[in-house]
Amino acid sequence: MMTMNEFRSLFHNGLVKQNTGLVQLLGLCPLLAISNNVINALSLGLATMLVMAASSGAVSGVRHFVPHEIRIPVFVLIIAALVTVVDLLMNAYIHPLYLVLGIFIPLITTNCIVLARVDAFAAKNRPLHSVVDAIAMGLGLTLVLIVLGGMRELAGQGTLLSGIDLVFGADAKQFVLHVLPNYQGFLLAILPPGAFIALGLLIAANNWNKARAEQRARTAIPVPA
Amino acid sequence: MTPQARLALKNALRTGVILFVFALIGTAMLAFTHDRTEPTITRGQLAEKRALLGQVLPAKLYDNDLLAAQQSVPPDDLLGTRQASALWLARRGGEFSGVVLEAIAPDGYSGDIAMLIGIDADGNVTGVRVTAHRETPGLGDYIDRAKSAWIDQFAGKSLTNPEPKHWKVAKDGGAFDARAGATITPRAVVKAVKRALDFFALHRATFAAPIRGQAPEK
Repeated sequence: MMTMNEFRSLFHNGLVKQNTGLVQLLGLCPLLAISNNVINALSLGLATMLVMAASSGAVSGVRHFVPHEIRIPVFVLIIAALVTVVDLLMNAYIHPLYLVLGIFIPLITTNCIVLARVDAFAAKNRPLHSVVDAIAMGLGLTLVLIVLGGMRELAGQGTLLSGIDLVFGADAKQFVLHVLPNYQGFLLAILPPGAFIALGLLIAANNWNKARAEQRARTAIPVPA
Repeated sequence: MTPQARLALKNALRTGVILFVFALIGTAMLAFTHDRTEPTITRGQLAEKRALLGQVLPAKLYDNDLLAAQQSVPPDDLLGTRQASALWLARRGGEFSGVVLEAIAPDGYSGDIAMLIGIDADGNVTGVRVTAHRETPGLGDYIDRAKSAWIDQFAGKSLTNPEPKHWKVAKDGGAFDARAGATITPRAVVKAVKRALDFFALHRATFAAPIRGQAPEK
């Protein structure tokens, strides 16, 4: 079992301290490619989280049977099999969402966050801890994706939640927020450079925040001379 | 064999067997999921195809079962196909009234763009839909009807409207507009629709022949 403290520290680790998008800077390919609006970002984030949780649980469960020297091929095999299963299930049961995410679902296999977490954490920890760690990491990634998607969608199209009808059916179209009416659009934000710029701003904000917190901690506790 | 060599061999065999077992489990898992989801996926694709055919060819144009009137076309340069493709012959009151062609634009920004093109008996485009593409999300993917209405501008066009030399995107001096930042994608689509019209013009007589059955020969 796991204590509340362990649980909290795993989440703190995934969301803040080692956030994959802002601190570890892992798995940036899908992060940059699909974060052009909130719905895409959210959908891919959740799919990645699902795959991370499933593969971390599976790897942790078999970790005693896998010799060290072939662990990477075995982990990749497990991840690839699980991604393909998710891909098939999504194709069969949530087809519209599958159509939106398209190529990026199979590409989760190549996402290095998944393999990194599996190798660095799940291969050394118990299944429950590994799954929680994967969910925390996935959640951290999803949050960054949503903020990034929101920034780019707002700057690029002046809307939020556009494309929600592709996920929840045509009726959901009314939930699209036209934040800036008659907005001309700003192509740069939608294009890949926009992703780099927005991510750079996010990382800068995160670092600034961290530096400020450290500064405060230093001034609060006087260092003995 | 030295003891070291025997140990190394044993070790290699052991890891090999373990890897094999994992591959076996993975394959079994995939086979099972594939087996379970395949009927649903096929059904979904068929329903989607029917709905798509309805989008490129207005229902009032025909009274036959379009899916049943499917014919196979050998690979054709004008259609951009490298494998046999399908076409659906529409009839109203037994009379030829239109056709839906499968065409491929091979020169998209990233690979093939598969399309369905509806053409009425007079050679006017009734509708075009992109069925599969790998164009850049948020950039070239506006050719997808789900993303924008761009593709609707083909409706009503024919080989004489606009003239063949204006079957280009506006940037190249043609009659079809395209968004800044992504001209390769619409350029490919415009060319493919034009070629499909050429294909139609070439085979119209075969389509309109009263006897059903044979696919048009090249």
